[in-house]
Amino acid sequence: MSAVDVALLVLAAGFVAALVRVIIGPTVADRAVAADVCFYTVVAALALLSVRLQAPALLDAVLVATTLGFVATISLARLVRRKK
Amino acid sequence: MSTAAHVLVLAGAVLMLLAGVGVLRLPDVLARLQAGTKAASLALACLFAGAALLELSWDAAVKLLLAMLFVFATAPVAGHVIGRAVIQARVPLWKDTWVDEAAPELAEDEEDAAGGADGGGGGDGGGGGEPVSGGAGGGAGAAGGADRGGAEDAAAGRPPGFRA
Repeated sequence: MSAVDVALLVLAAGFVAALVRVIIGPTVADRAVAADVCFYTVVAALALLSVRLQAPALLDAVLVATTLGFVATISLARLVRRKK
Repeated sequence: MSTAAHVLVLAGAVLMLLAGVGVLRLPDVLARLQAGTKAASLALACLFAGAALLELSWDAAVKLLLAMLFVFATAPVAGHVIGRAVIQARVPLWKDTWVDEAAPELAEDEEDAAGGADGGGGGDGGGGGEPVSGGAGGGAGAAGGADRGGAEDAAAGRPPGFRA
Protein backbone atom coordinates (compact mmCIF):
# COMPACT_ATOMS: atom_id res chain seq x y z
CA MET A 1 0.00 0.00 0.00
CA SER A 2 1.80 3.04 -1.23
CA ALA A 3 1.51 6.60 -0.05
CA VAL A 4 -0.83 7.39 -2.93
CA ASP A 5 -3.29 4.74 -1.76
CA VAL A 6 -3.19 6.08 1.77
CA ALA A 7 -3.73 9.60 0.48
CA LEU A 8 -6.74 8.45 -1.54
CA LEU A 9 -8.26 6.89 1.57
CA VAL A 10 -7.68 10.07 3.57
CA LEU A 11 -9.28 12.08 0.79
CA ALA A 12 -12.27 9.77 0.93
CA ALA A 13 -12.62 10.45 4.65
CA GLY A 14 -12.53 14.21 4.03
CA PHE A 15 -15.09 13.81 1.26
CA VAL A 16 -17.44 11.98 3.60
CA ALA A 17 -17.05 14.70 6.25
CA ALA A 18 -17.92 17.44 3.77
CA LEU A 19 -20.76 15.33 2.38
CA VAL A 20 -22.33 15.09 5.82
CA ARG A 21 -22.35 18.89 5.94
CA VAL A 22 -23.98 18.98 2.50
CA ILE A 23 -26.73 16.74 3.83
CA ILE A 24 -27.34 18.35 7.23
CA GLY A 25 -26.32 21.93 6.39
CA PRO A 26 -29.03 24.22 7.75
CA THR A 27 -28.82 26.84 5.01
CA VAL A 28 -28.15 26.89 1.30
CA ALA A 29 -24.85 28.67 1.96
CA ASP A 30 -23.61 25.79 4.12
CA ARG A 31 -24.40 23.38 1.36
CA ALA A 32 -22.68 25.55 -1.23
CA VAL A 33 -19.48 25.75 0.82
CA ALA A 34 -19.48 22.04 1.58
CA ALA A 35 -20.15 21.16 -2.05
CA ASP A 36 -17.18 23.32 -2.97
CA VAL A 37 -14.95 21.32 -0.65
CA CYS A 38 -16.35 18.06 -2.02
CA PHE A 39 -15.51 19.26 -5.49
CA TYR A 40 -11.92 20.15 -4.56
CA THR A 41 -11.56 16.71 -3.01
CA VAL A 42 -12.67 15.07 -6.23
CA VAL A 43 -10.18 17.15 -8.21
CA ALA A 44 -7.40 16.10 -5.87
CA ALA A 45 -8.45 12.46 -6.17
CA LEU A 46 -8.38 12.79 -9.97
CA ALA A 47 -4.79 14.02 -9.84
CA LEU A 48 -3.81 11.14 -7.57
CA LEU A 49 -5.65 8.60 -9.72
CA SER A 50 -3.78 9.74 -12.80
CA VAL A 51 -0.59 8.82 -10.95
CA ARG A 52 -2.01 5.61 -9.56
CA LEU A 53 -3.52 4.31 -12.80
CA GLN A 54 -0.78 5.71 -15.08
CA ALA A 55 -3.42 7.62 -17.02
CA PRO A 56 -2.09 11.05 -17.97
CA ALA A 57 -5.37 11.91 -19.70
CA LEU A 58 -6.90 12.43 -16.28
CA LEU A 59 -4.71 15.51 -15.86
CA ASP A 60 -6.68 17.19 -18.63
CA ALA A 61 -9.79 16.40 -16.66
CA VAL A 62 -8.20 18.07 -13.63
CA LEU A 63 -7.47 21.18 -15.68
CA VAL A 64 -11.03 21.39 -16.99
CA ALA A 65 -12.54 20.58 -13.62
CA THR A 66 -10.87 23.53 -11.89
CA THR A 67 -12.43 25.85 -14.47
CA LEU A 68 -15.85 24.26 -14.16
CA GLY A 69 -15.67 24.33 -10.38
CA PHE A 70 -15.18 28.08 -10.37
CA VAL A 71 -18.24 28.60 -12.55
CA ALA A 72 -20.26 26.23 -10.38
CA THR A 73 -19.28 28.10 -7.23
CA ILE A 74 -20.24 31.45 -8.70
CA SER A 75 -23.65 30.15 -9.70
CA LEU A 76 -24.14 28.65 -6.24
CA ALA A 77 -23.33 32.05 -4.75
CA ARG A 78 -26.03 33.60 -6.93
CA LEU A 79 -28.42 30.98 -5.61
CA VAL A 80 -27.48 31.84 -2.02
CA ARG A 81 -28.07 35.51 -2.67
CA ARG A 82 -31.44 35.02 -4.29
CA LYS A 83 -32.65 32.89 -1.35
CA LYS A 84 -33.08 35.81 0.99
CA MET B 1 12.75 12.84 -4.79
CA SER B 2 10.25 10.09 -4.34
CA THR B 3 10.20 10.59 -0.59
CA ALA B 4 9.51 14.28 -0.98
CA ALA B 5 6.70 13.50 -3.40
CA HIS B 6 5.13 11.05 -0.99
CA VAL B 7 5.37 13.52 1.86
CA LEU B 8 3.73 16.20 -0.28
CA VAL B 9 0.93 13.88 -1.33
CA LEU B 10 0.23 12.77 2.22
CA ALA B 11 0.37 16.34 3.55
CA GLY B 12 -2.08 17.44 0.88
CA ALA B 13 -4.46 14.62 1.69
CA VAL B 14 -4.34 15.40 5.41
CA LEU B 15 -4.96 19.09 4.69
CA MET B 16 -7.95 18.17 2.57
CA LEU B 17 -9.22 15.99 5.39
CA LEU B 18 -8.83 18.98 7.72
CA ALA B 19 -10.85 21.09 5.31
CA GLY B 20 -13.62 18.53 5.33
CA VAL B 21 -13.61 18.21 9.11
CA GLY B 22 -13.58 21.99 9.46
CA VAL B 23 -16.55 22.32 7.15
CA LEU B 24 -18.31 19.70 9.22
CA ARG B 25 -17.45 20.98 12.69
CA LEU B 26 -17.17 24.77 12.61
CA PRO B 27 -20.22 26.62 13.90
CA ASP B 28 -20.88 29.24 11.26
CA VAL B 29 -21.15 29.63 7.52
CA LEU B 30 -18.31 32.14 7.39
CA ALA B 31 -16.06 29.97 9.58
CA ARG B 32 -16.82 26.99 7.39
CA LEU B 33 -16.04 29.07 4.34
CA GLN B 34 -12.70 30.02 5.83
CA ALA B 35 -11.80 26.37 6.47
CA GLY B 36 -13.05 25.19 3.13
CA THR B 37 -11.39 27.78 0.96
CA LYS B 38 -7.93 28.17 2.41
CA ALA B 39 -7.20 24.65 3.57
CA ALA B 40 -8.47 23.22 0.31
CA SER B 41 -6.28 25.58 -1.72
CA LEU B 42 -3.15 24.60 0.16
CA ALA B 43 -4.12 20.93 -0.01
CA LEU B 44 -4.53 21.10 -3.76
CA ALA B 45 -1.17 22.86 -4.11
CA CYS B 46 0.58 20.14 -2.10
CA LEU B 47 -1.21 17.33 -3.91
CA PHE B 48 -0.53 18.72 -7.36
CA ALA B 49 3.15 19.27 -6.56
CA GLY B 50 3.43 15.74 -5.22
CA ALA B 51 1.65 14.28 -8.23
CA ALA B 52 3.93 16.21 -10.60
CA LEU B 53 6.98 14.84 -8.80
CA LEU B 54 5.58 11.32 -9.02
CA GLU B 55 4.69 11.51 -12.70
CA LEU B 56 8.10 12.86 -13.69
CA SER B 57 7.11 14.17 -17.10
CA TRP B 58 7.13 17.75 -18.32
CA ASP B 59 3.70 17.36 -19.81
CA ALA B 60 2.13 16.37 -16.51
CA ALA B 61 4.12 18.95 -14.59
CA VAL B 62 2.98 21.80 -16.82
CA LYS B 63 -0.65 20.72 -16.65
CA LEU B 64 -0.56 20.36 -12.88
CA LEU B 65 1.20 23.70 -12.50
CA LEU B 66 -1.46 25.37 -14.63
CA ALA B 67 -4.20 23.76 -12.59
CA MET B 68 -2.52 24.91 -9.38
CA LEU B 69 -2.19 28.49 -10.61
CA PHE B 70 -5.82 28.44 -11.66
CA VAL B 71 -6.94 27.19 -8.28
CA PHE B 72 -4.90 29.89 -6.56
CA ALA B 73 -6.49 32.51 -8.79
CA THR B 74 -10.08 31.35 -8.49
CA ALA B 75 -10.50 29.87 -5.01
CA PRO B 76 -10.17 33.20 -3.15
CA VAL B 77 -12.51 34.88 -5.61
CA ALA B 78 -15.08 32.11 -5.21
CA GLY B 79 -14.81 32.28 -1.44
CA HIS B 80 -15.24 36.04 -1.49
CA VAL B 81 -18.30 35.82 -3.71
CA ILE B 82 -19.92 33.21 -1.47
CA GLY B 83 -19.07 35.24 1.64
CA ARG B 84 -20.60 38.37 0.18
CA ALA B 85 -23.71 36.45 -0.82
CA VAL B 86 -23.94 35.11 2.73
CA ILE B 87 -23.74 38.62 4.18
CA GLN B 88 -26.23 40.07 1.75
CA ALA B 89 -28.67 37.21 2.21
CA ARG B 90 -28.47 37.82 5.99
CA VAL B 91 -27.71 34.25 6.85
CA PRO B 92 -27.71 33.94 10.65
CA LEU B 93 -24.24 34.11 12.16
CA TRP B 94 -22.88 32.22 15.11
CA LYS B 95 -24.50 33.20 18.42
CA ASP B 96 -21.14 34.10 20.00
CA THR B 97 -20.00 36.40 17.20
CA TRP B 98 -18.33 39.46 18.76
CA VAL B 99 -17.93 41.95 16.00
CA ASP B 100 -20.12 42.01 12.94
CA GLU B 101 -18.67 44.74 10.79
CA ALA B 102 -21.28 44.25 8.10
CA ALA B 103 -24.28 45.03 10.29
CA PRO B 104 -24.11 48.87 10.10
CA GLU B 105 -23.70 48.81 6.34
CA LEU B 106 -26.61 46.45 5.99
CA ALA B 107 -28.67 48.76 8.19
CA GLU B 108 -27.71 51.73 5.99
CA ASP B 109 -28.65 49.74 2.92
CA GLU B 110 -32.04 49.07 4.38
CA GLU B 111 -32.47 52.72 5.30
CA ASP B 112 -31.69 53.65 1.72
CA ALA B 113 -34.12 51.07 0.47
CA ALA B 114 -36.88 52.19 2.82
CA GLY B 115 -36.30 55.88 2.10
CA GLY B 116 -35.30 56.51 5.72
CA ALA B 117 -38.89 56.32 6.88
CA ASP B 118 -38.59 54.74 10.29
CA GLY B 119 -35.47 55.94 12.03
CA GLY B 120 -36.58 55.64 15.63
CA GLY B 121 -37.05 52.00 16.20
CA GLY B 122 -37.25 50.39 19.58
CA GLY B 123 -33.86 51.44 20.89
CA ASP B 124 -33.63 48.66 23.44
CA GLY B 125 -30.32 47.47 22.10
CA GLY B 126 -28.43 48.11 25.32
CA GLY B 127 -28.73 45.06 27.49
CA GLY B 128 -31.41 42.76 26.27
CA GLY B 129 -30.78 39.10 26.64
CA GLU B 130 -28.04 39.00 24.06
CA PRO B 131 -24.64 37.75 25.06
CA VAL B 132 -22.80 39.87 22.56
CA SER B 133 -24.14 43.39 22.88
CA GLY B 134 -23.71 43.11 26.64
CA GLY B 135 -20.15 41.86 26.29
CA ALA B 136 -18.72 45.17 25.12
CA GLY B 137 -15.39 43.59 24.35
CA GLY B 138 -14.98 44.76 20.80
CA GLY B 139 -13.95 48.35 21.40
CA ALA B 140 -16.02 51.52 21.49
CA GLY B 141 -16.55 52.07 17.78
CA ALA B 142 -17.43 48.49 17.11
CA ALA B 143 -19.79 48.45 20.08
CA GLY B 144 -21.58 51.57 18.84
CA GLY B 145 -21.99 50.03 15.43
CA ALA B 146 -23.19 46.84 17.03
CA ASP B 147 -25.87 48.66 19.01
CA ARG B 148 -27.14 50.43 15.95
CA GLY B 149 -27.20 47.18 14.07
CA GLY B 150 -29.08 45.53 16.88
CA ALA B 151 -31.73 48.24 17.01
CA GLU B 152 -32.14 48.16 13.26
CA ASP B 153 -32.25 44.42 13.55
CA ALA B 154 -35.22 44.43 15.83
CA ALA B 155 -36.94 47.04 13.67
CA ALA B 156 -36.38 45.21 10.44
CA GLY B 157 -37.40 41.85 11.78
CA ARG B 158 -34.30 39.99 10.76
CA PRO B 159 -33.94 36.33 11.67
CA PRO B 160 -32.97 35.80 15.30
CA GLY B 161 -29.29 35.13 15.74
CA PHE B 162 -28.17 37.79 13.32
CA ARG B 163 -26.51 39.95 15.91
CA ALA B 164 -23.51 42.21 15.96
